[in-house]
Amino acid sequence: MDFQIALLLAQDGITNGAIYALLALALVLVFTVTRVIFIPQGEFVAYGALTLVSLQSGKVPGTLWLLLGLGMVITLVDLSRAVRARKLRRMPSVILFNCVMPLLLAGLLSVVSPATFSLPVQVFITLILVVPLGPMIYRLAFQPIAEASVLVLLIVSVAVHVTLTGLGLFFFGAEGSRTPVFTETSFAIGEASLPGQALLVIVSSLILIVALYFLFERTIYGKALRATAMNRTGARLMGISSSMAGMLSFALAGLIGTFSGILISPITTLYYDSGFLIGLKGFVGAIIGGLASYPVAAIGALLVGLLESYSSFWASAFKEVIVFTLIIPVLLWRSLTTRHVEEEP
Amino acid sequence: MKNLIFLWAFIVALALGPLVLPEFYVTLLNYIGLYAIVSLGLVLLTGVGGLTSFGQAAFVGLGAYTTAYLTTVHDVSPWLTLPAGLAVTAVIALSIGLITLRLSGHFLPLGTIAWGISLYYLFGNIDALGGYTGISGIPALQLFGFELKSGREFYYLIWAILLVLMVATRNLLDSREGRAIRALKGGSLMAESMGVNTPRSKIVIFVIAALYACLSGWLYAHLQRFINPTPFSLTQGIEYLFMVVVGGVGHVWGAIFGAGLITLLKQWLQDWLPQLLGQSGNFEMIVFGLMMILVLHRSRDGMWPIVQRCFPERAVRPRVAEAEPLPRRAVPPAGSVLLKISNATKRFGGLVANDRMSFDVHAAEVMALIGPNGAGKTTMFNGVSGVDPLTSGEIVFCGERVERLEAHEMAQRGMCRTFQHVRLIPTMSVLENVAIGAHLRGRKNFVHAACRTERDEEARLLHEAALQIERCGLAEHLYDVASSLPLGKQRIVEIARALAADPCLLLLDEPAAGLRYLEKKALADLLRRLRDEGMGILLVEHDMDFVMGLADRVVVIEFGQKLAEGLPEEVQRNPAVLEAYLGGIE
Repeated sequence: MDFQIALLLAQDGITNGAIYALLALALVLVFTVTRVIFIPQGEFVAYGALTLVSLQSGKVPGTLWLLLGLGMVITLVDLSRAVRARKLRRMPSVILFNCVMPLLLAGLLSVVSPATFSLPVQVFITLILVVPLGPMIYRLAFQPIAEASVLVLLIVSVAVHVTLTGLGLFFFGAEGSRTPVFTETSFAIGEASLPGQALLVIVSSLILIVALYFLFERTIYGKALRATAMNRTGARLMGISSSMAGMLSFALAGLIGTFSGILISPITTLYYDSGFLIGLKGFVGAIIGGLASYPVAAIGALLVGLLESYSSFWASAFKEVIVFTLIIPVLLWRSLTTRHVEEEP
Repeated sequence: MKNLIFLWAFIVALALGPLVLPEFYVTLLNYIGLYAIVSLGLVLLTGVGGLTSFGQAAFVGLGAYTTAYLTTVHDVSPWLTLPAGLAVTAVIALSIGLITLRLSGHFLPLGTIAWGISLYYLFGNIDALGGYTGISGIPALQLFGFELKSGREFYYLIWAILLVLMVATRNLLDSREGRAIRALKGGSLMAESMGVNTPRSKIVIFVIAALYACLSGWLYAHLQRFINPTPFSLTQGIEYLFMVVVGGVGHVWGAIFGAGLITLLKQWLQDWLPQLLGQSGNFEMIVFGLMMILVLHRSRDGMWPIVQRCFPERAVRPRVAEAEPLPRRAVPPAGSVLLKISNATKRFGGLVANDRMSFDVHAAEVMALIGPNGAGKTTMFNGVSGVDPLTSGEIVFCGERVERLEAHEMAQRGMCRTFQHVRLIPTMSVLENVAIGAHLRGRKNFVHAACRTERDEEARLLHEAALQIERCGLAEHLYDVASSLPLGKQRIVEIARALAADPCLLLLDEPAAGLRYLEKKALADLLRRLRDEGMGILLVEHDMDFVMGLADRVVVIEFGQKLAEGLPEEVQRNPAVLEAYLGGIE
C-alpha cells in the first residue's frame, strides 16, 4: 500500500465515518431521552436515499403511502382518545400535521412530476416525506409503552426495524440504486484529489453537528431534551412533557438519518435493506461512547469508518466481520472500567 | 387432572402424527420442533431471566457447521461432533457473557447483534466451510444401527429431545437455582443480597440457551444433510425472538406454541402475500413486525396465557413436607462484637453522604440507626451490606475485613438485610420468595435441578422457608402470591426471607413503616425474640416509639456524621439530638 492509496482509503473512511458519526449522535440522543435503542435508525438512511431516487426518476415514492397511512392511524387513535376524554382542543393541529399535510403533498406529487423539480426542491420534498415518519413511529410504537423496560423497548425497536425493512422492499423493490452526484467539482490536495461529493458529505456533517450543538446549548427545546435525558421525572415535574421530548428526539433522529441517506446516495448504491448495516456501524460508534457521550460516540464512529475502509483493502471479504468484532474489545474495556449500579425498579 | 389428560392427548397425537400426516406436514413439524428447541432457550433467557439475545441463530449455525465440517472433512462420527459443537458453543457463549453481562442489560442484546452479523459473514467467507454455497453430503444419523434417513424417522428424535428439554427446563425453574434465575428479573440487587451470585446466574442461563440452540443446529444439519449460512443470519435470530415474544415469553409451552404459530403463519403468508402485493419477497416480515409490536403493547406475556385460559387450571398447592431441618450457623456468644465500623466515608461526587462514621454492633443486641431524612442512613446500610461500597473506611464483620466484598459474599458470611422499598418477586408465592433467602443453604446445582436429583435438599429448603414464615406470623399466607399482600405484610415477608438465610446479623431498613399498631407490636416481639436467641440486629427506623422501646443502643446521624451514641434514654436527653430533631432554642 503506497501513500496514495492510504490517502484514498483515509478519505473514504472519513467520508463514511462522518455519516456514522451523525447516526451515532442520533442514537445517543434517542437513547438518552427515551431509553429506546433505535435500531431502525438505518432505515431512515435507506428511505431518504431511495425516496430521492424515486423522485428523480419521476415516480411517486412509496414513503408517501406510509406517511399517509401512519398519519391516518395516528389521527384515528388521537381522535378516539380525544372524544372519550372530551378534549378536542388539540385535534385541529393533529389533523393538520397527520392528514392535511400528507394529503397536500400527495396532491402535489400527483399533479406535477417530481423529476422536473430542481435538486434542492427534491431534497426538501424528501425531507418532508421521510422525517415526519420518525415522530409518527414514536407516537404509535413507543409512546404507549414509554415506561416499559429498556429490554421491551429494544424488542419493539427491532420489530419496527423488521417492519420498515419489509415495507422498504415493497416500496422500492429489491434492486439497488444511486443518484447522480450533486457536484462534479474536485479539489486537488498535493497529488491526491478530493472529490467535491466527499467534501460535501464531510462539511454537511460538520455543519449538522454544530447546529445540533447550538440546538442543545442555546434553545429552550434543546435544553428540554437535555433535561429529560438527565432525569425524566424531574424534567416532567418542571413541565417538560416526556412525549414531546420523545417526539422531538425521534424527529431529530429522522432528520439526521434522512439527511445522511441523501448525502451518501450518490456515493454508494443503496438497497432497501442497506440501512441496517449502516445504522449498526453508527451503533458501534455509539457504544464506544457508552450510549451516553456525544463526542466519544462521534470519534468512535469516525474510527469505525476508518477501520472499515482499511480493512476493505486488506481483507475485503472480512470487512463486516472486522468492524462488528471491534465491538468485543470495546465492550470488554467498558465492562472493566465501569461499575454498573442498578437504578430503582 | 384435566390438564394431564390434555398433556397425554398431545403426546399421543405427536406420536401418531408421522404415521398419518402427509410428508409436507411432517417436514413442517420437524422445523417447528427444531425452532421450539431454540425458543425454549430464549424463554429461559428472556422470559425468566429478563435478558435477551438476537444471536441465537448464530449459535444454531455453530452447532450445524461444527458437525458438518467434522463429519464431511474428517469423517468424525456425528455422535462425537455433538459434544464438540456444544463445547465450542459453551466457550463462545461464556466469553460473550463474561464481556457483556457486567454491563447494563442492553449491552448483551447489542453484543449478540454484532456477534450474529459477524458469524454470518464469517461462515460465508471461509472457503473451508464452503462459503455462501455451504457444505453438502452431511451423513445421516445412526441410532442403534438404524439410519435416520427420512424426515418421518427424524421426527421422533427431534420431538423426543424437545420434550426431554422441556421437562428439564421446567424442573430447573422449580428449584433453588431456578428461583435465583427468576429473581434476576426483579433487579439483581435483591438476589445479590440474598447470596445469589447474579453474574454467574446470568451467564449460566445464557450458556444454556446457547447450548439448546447448538443442539438444534446439530439436528438441523443431519436432517437437512446440507447447510449454508442463510438460516443462521441475524434475520433468523430475530425471528426466534418473535416466536417466543408472540408465543409467550414467560412460559415453557409458549416456546412450542410460538414456534408453531410463526412457522405455520410464515408458510401461509409466503403463499398469499406475494400474490396480494403482486411482488415476490419476504413480506411476511411486515406482518410479523406489526404482530410483535401489537403483542408487546397489548399482552406483554404473549399469546400463551390466552390459550391457557381455555384450560382452567385448578391451583395445585404443593404441601410443604416435613423435612430434616437445615444445619445452622454457630451463634456468636452474646455481647461479642459482630460488626465494627471505623471511619466509614462515602462520597457521591462532591456530596459526602457518610463522614467518618464509627460504631459497632454486638451479638444479642438491637442497635438502631436514627436520624432525619437524608442523614445518610440508607447509604450506610448499602455500604455495610456490600451493595454500594464505601469510599474509604474499615468494616470488620466477625473478625474479618469485609469492606471490599460484594453483597452475595456478605450474605455468605451471615449478614442479611431487608430493603426500604420492598423487593419481593411479585408473581412468586410467599413461600418461594422466602425460599430465595435460603439460597446459600443449598448446594445442588443446575444439573441436579434439571434431573430432579435435588428433591431432598429442595424439601429441606422449602421446609425452612415455611418455618420462618410461621415464625413471623404469616403462616396463613404461605401460598399467596406476594403482590397480593398489603405492604406492611410484605415487609414482614422480607424479614422472613432474611431469616431464612440463617444470619447472625440482621440489617433492617425501616421495617415498621406502613405497619399498623398491632403489627408493630408483633414485629417488636419477634425482634426481641431474635435478639434473645443471640442475633445482632441493626435497624434504621423513623418511628421513635418503636425504636426507643426496642433498641438497646442508638446511634444518631445527621448530615452523614455521628451526632450521638448511647442508650435510648441518654440519647433522648442529648441536647445536640434535641436540636437536630426539634430545632434549637435561641
